[in-house]
Amino acid sequence: MSQEDMDNRKSTKFQTLNDKEISFALQQTPSPHPSPPGGQGKGERRFGHWNFVFGNYLEFGLPARSLSLALNPENGQTHLRPTFCKQNAPAKAGIWNLGFLFLLLFILFSMGCQRSKAGITVAGSTSVEPFAELLAEEYMSRHPESHIYVQGGGSTAGIEAAITRAANIGMSSRNLIGEENKLYTVTIAKDAIAIIVNPKNSIQDLSLQQIRLVFSGKIRNWKELGGPLHPIVLVTREEGSGTRESFQKFVMGKEDISLEALVQDSNGAVRQVVASNHHAIGYISLGLVNDQVKAVKISGVEPNLTNIDNGKYTLVRPFLFVFKEEPTGEANSFLEFVLSPLAQKLLLKEGLVPALHKMARE
Amino acid sequence: MQVKEKIIEKTFLVIAFSSIAILALITFFIFEEGLPLILKIGIKAFLLGEKWIPSKGLFGVFPMIVSSFWVTFGALLLGIPLGLACAIFLSELIPPSVGLLLRPAIQLLAAIPSVIYGFWGLIVLVPLIQNHFGGPGLSILAGSLVLGFMILPTIITISEDSLKALPPTYKAGALALGATHWQTIWRVLIPAARSGIVASIILGMGRAIGETMAMIMILGNAVKMPTSFLDSARTLTTNIGIEMGYASGDHRQALFATGVVLFFIIMALNTLAIALSRRRVH
Repeated sequence: MSQEDMDNRKSTKFQTLNDKEISFALQQTPSPHPSPPGGQGKGERRFGHWNFVFGNYLEFGLPARSLSLALNPENGQTHLRPTFCKQNAPAKAGIWNLGFLFLLLFILFSMGCQRSKAGITVAGSTSVEPFAELLAEEYMSRHPESHIYVQGGGSTAGIEAAITRAANIGMSSRNLIGEENKLYTVTIAKDAIAIIVNPKNSIQDLSLQQIRLVFSGKIRNWKELGGPLHPIVLVTREEGSGTRESFQKFVMGKEDISLEALVQDSNGAVRQVVASNHHAIGYISLGLVNDQVKAVKISGVEPNLTNIDNGKYTLVRPFLFVFKEEPTGEANSFLEFVLSPLAQKLLLKEGLVPALHKMARE
Repeated sequence: MQVKEKIIEKTFLVIAFSSIAILALITFFIFEEGLPLILKIGIKAFLLGEKWIPSKGLFGVFPMIVSSFWVTFGALLLGIPLGLACAIFLSELIPPSVGLLLRPAIQLLAAIPSVIYGFWGLIVLVPLIQNHFGGPGLSILAGSLVLGFMILPTIITISEDSLKALPPTYKAGALALGATHWQTIWRVLIPAARSGIVASIILGMGRAIGETMAMIMILGNAVKMPTSFLDSARTLTTNIGIEMGYASGDHRQALFATGVVLFFIIMALNTLAIALSRRRVH
């Protein structure tokens, strides 16, 4: 008995269990072709139609819905025969095709998860993230062989990622506290926090005291600040945000931010709300202030680089890179790039205060 | 053959159980992370506390529970009449060919990502509310309106199915007794399909309570007891969504504890829906 016959027998059995009527007919009628509908002739494999049979239930075929050439090994003739997809792949085969598809997808995904390039991960503060992305792009254009993955998540998450080594570099937009001080920290730039209002708002100048009263909910109407008679809409960041922590420290002190305040979860979202509401007030990173919103002066001091430099504008916080220990290799090379005059100039252009501003000015 | 069959059978068993196992693991994880904090600060202080200030160790989720139900209630106010009317229309009042066109459109409503609903709400509804009703615009009203549309597909499809599943004799009998078409619908068909309709509403509620992305965008997320539909509010889901990025320590656990509360609410609603839809209509 040839291998071909063995194959055919197997498939006949298969059909016995799945489609009794057809298979009995097949067994009783001596077929002129050794390869009955549903058979797995070798010729079919050669022409690209594959049937996989594992036991009685596990069959799936990649359907060839056209005529296929089958080679009859006994007389050496080839003949055209249709592939009976529907008959030889019963309803269950659909499930197995699906299973096969999932397997393929799984393999694809697991391949996709493998990093195509060796690289380092920078994660943390959403305030630092856009600037880190910019720097990473610049760095990668200079070092095509390496890759920097920049992720958000927040200052606390970034510091935690650095501690657990989930990220090579953690980004933080707040000073480290307690245990965190053991980490190796580098200030890459400084950022000012701007108090923003809608451009249609007539208010130009507020004192820190006024801002504190507004955000603690004690001043509730623009009238009290010399504006129109309309309730103030407060916009703040969520608990744990680096920007909020800095704002709390610089402006609020021991006072709490009012619970009435709207809470938005990013600089962009705060800006969006203030831009679309004439009576809103919020605070965001100075680097992200655009013409949709207006940054107010604080006791006459305009938030700009000169005033930050000479210390007149006080709402300034550090942007930190945090490492588990002194960086080496790729992480160190990226850090060196970030501190280079070129990268610092880029940050200056984006509205940040360079950590090495004297160098950047030269 | 016997051995092969056994192997295959067991493989399927493992696959089937792994999905349950994943669910069980998630549940275990939520409780493992969340329960210690609830026990630490006390169930009463957690559930009925009115202040949520994580930096001061105050974790009271009562305003969020109230807001969740408030937003959901508002969504049902819009969703039930619209959804039920649509279900009746689809099952009783139009020729089947029109339904073939309408039904996919309704299902498409369910396929729109929630962030799109949120964005639409933020750009269109919020300024409208701000200009016509005052307040910050980011409000329960805006959230309820958007959620009302989001739960429509759930209410419509399940209600329609339960109306269609009624024995045709009900309708024939009512019409034969001289009732008008409308009387038949209102007095016979709807009461008969009541359990399915109620189940659809409860499932819609579950969807509304669970919605996060769109709500983060349009509710304003202020943590306080809502006092009017024009107030900003924070629901249980948005509390997790908005603060998870920065949370650590107790704060992180408190967010999982919020998840525990949500878990119980959703479980209760789903159990209710299943119990109601299984009840036989006589």
